[in-house]
Amino acid sequence: MAEMTYRDAINLALKEEMRRDKTVVVYGEDVALYEGAFKVTRGLLSEFGELRVRDCPISENTIVGVAVGAAMAGIRPVAELMTVNFALLAMDQIVNHMAKVRYMFGGQTKVPMVVRMPGGGGSQLGAQHSQSLESYFMHCPGMLVAYPATPADAKGLLKTSIREDNPVIFLEHELLYNSKGEVPEDPEYLVPFGKASVMREGEQVTLVGYGRMAILALQAAQQLEKDGISCEVIDLRTLVPLDMEMVLASVRKTGRVAVIEECWKSAGLGGDIASRIYEGCFDTLLAPVHRISGLDVPMPYSRKIEKLCIPQLEGIVQGVHDLLNEPY
Amino acid sequence: MPELLLADFQIKRLEVLNEKGEADPELLPPLSDAEIWRIYELMLLARIFDERAVALQREGRIGTYPPIRGQEAAQVGSAFALTEKDWLFPSFREMGAHLTLGYPISQLLQYWGGDERAQKVPPHLNIFPFCVAVGSQIPQAAGAALAARYRRDPVAVVTYFGDGATSKGDFHEGMNLAGVFNLPLVFICQNNQWAISIPLKGQTASASLAQKAIAYGFEGVQVDGNDVFAVYRATRQAVEKARSGGGPTFIECLTYRMADHTTADDAGRYRSAEEVAYWGERDPILRLERFLEGRGLWSPQKGEEAAAKVATIVDDGVREMESQPPPAAADLFEGVLATLTPRQAGQRKVR
Ligand SMILES: Cc1ncc(C[n+]2csc(CCOP(=O)(O)OP(=O)(O)O)c2C)c(N)n1
Ligand SMILES: [Mg+2]
Repeated sequence: MAEMTYRDAINLALKEEMRRDKTVVVYGEDVALYEGAFKVTRGLLSEFGELRVRDCPISENTIVGVAVGAAMAGIRPVAELMTVNFALLAMDQIVNHMAKVRYMFGGQTKVPMVVRMPGGGGSQLGAQHSQSLESYFMHCPGMLVAYPATPADAKGLLKTSIREDNPVIFLEHELLYNSKGEVPEDPEYLVPFGKASVMREGEQVTLVGYGRMAILALQAAQQLEKDGISCEVIDLRTLVPLDMEMVLASVRKTGRVAVIEECWKSAGLGGDIASRIYEGCFDTLLAPVHRISGLDVPMPYSRKIEKLCIPQLEGIVQGVHDLLNEPY
Repeated sequence: MPELLLADFQIKRLEVLNEKGEADPELLPPLSDAEIWRIYELMLLARIFDERAVALQREGRIGTYPPIRGQEAAQVGSAFALTEKDWLFPSFREMGAHLTLGYPISQLLQYWGGDERAQKVPPHLNIFPFCVAVGSQIPQAAGAALAARYRRDPVAVVTYFGDGATSKGDFHEGMNLAGVFNLPLVFICQNNQWAISIPLKGQTASASLAQKAIAYGFEGVQVDGNDVFAVYRATRQAVEKARSGGGPTFIECLTYRMADHTTADDAGRYRSAEEVAYWGERDPILRLERFLEGRGLWSPQKGEEAAAKVATIVDDGVREMESQPPPAAADLFEGVLATLTPRQAGQRKVR
């Protein structure tokens, strides 16, 4: 184990996989000499050279399209989009092609590629640069979606993603890059898709989060413990596939659950998870599923009011109190 | 059968004012001394505004800011050829054009301080919001040009964007449609030779950006972007052509981004000090000062007086910006929809 940041853990995963497999290449805007807008590709150009680490023109749809073609033709591209917001420019290649060519080719081809992108709000970047689009990607069949919360998972999930024969959307949170944690040094350390993790065991309420929301859920649980409230915290780790088995097992134990999503509430992933909880363990619920979500507004530019649009620690703590006070 | 030559093209580069400040009398636009002095003041305003904005960011009084240093001629010269009636679709690095058209300084600073209320355009101007998403404003400008024609409104629509934006589908699709529809649209590319850390040759294998217009069936011209007269002349012609039904024009202003990409960047990591120094010697303001001096209109003392006058205007703008109350929670739902959905209305009530 070594202590490192979420950023360095992702960087290490890229380096280890590029060393292991010569077909792994990195494409994106400002990823080579500049080492990425968030410095995630640090040291890649100097170690692997400009044929494997390439700056592309500002053409997001083409960056993903090129990765799709290259993946079908036998290499493993890891495309970086500068932020998740620019994935909207590449939605044709992502949704219509990356996620469908395998199916439309009758399974003859695989599309082993990863699209990495930082995202999330809280950095005072305005309405078009602060979005949480995870639900958009979950909606479309044909691709996997990872959203790590911790440095160890960031490393393990990215390595698995690169080795995956299916296309992967790999979401990173901008405010987690500097967070630190213990990361296994084993170059074979892999985190599987479809396996959530219990960040903390508890008895009274289940908190379900992912990415930065899982970290906030954990902090809320620590705070609530001081009030004598015991929360179980589940980090989903991958959004496609979703580990509902683990969520349902926890809810059967606690009877109360809050789902914390950074995205807009309307048609957000929390609604899907809630419906699956109702389907899976309606009879054991002691209260309705509680959703703690982003407000249904474009993100304001102003630091002062941006906070009000994204779930915050205090809001989660309050949500748990509300859940426990639910008359049943 | 021999091969036939289907197309053969030339691309022109327009230069009026050389680095010594000498103007080609044939090409010098017919501007009065007072107008040229006004252009000079506006370029100083752009420079001093920019220096102040960078300083305010360093002091934490505004947010991340994209400097315009070095691009004053390309911005002031082009915007000076417009009227308040023309429509402007900017990117995010043309504050010199905003200032030329009279957009309030306090609002420019307020916007970069993280407050989109500052994009409320004064009623006499037709300036659309900053577009930080690279190139997305280009098709919108084509749409506005289409609408202007439809309304029989004899205005020109102008869109600004950088060299990096020419890699985007939005640029090519917007150019193509403008050519097909013969729209009253002027494309002004601020080719400052960098897109964050990517130099121009990382965006295009073309010898010039101007020649891209040829493929879409209309005129493209490169101008010396640090030569305010060349920029003005080319824009003036393109705008008149657009207003009179002559269709679109693409103007490539070859200039240089003297500062970092934004205040969050350090350009020293990816480009040489020699390159920056080379362009520093070609400063657009210096060149205009030499010209004015040759005409007996400028001296170091007059220059200082002009700068001092402009600085007080900027001071007033800063004061006004800082006297604005910050946005409140109630503003969150302001302007999101003409009528909020029931869910939004409920969320607002809780705030
Ligand atoms: C669609 C999109 N992709 C990427 C970015 C990130 N980005 C912001 S500015 C910029 C460079 C733009 O270069 P250029 O068009 O030359 O304009 P300049 O910054 O030089 O004024 C990039 C890549 C963005 N804002 N939008
Ligand atoms: Mg540029």
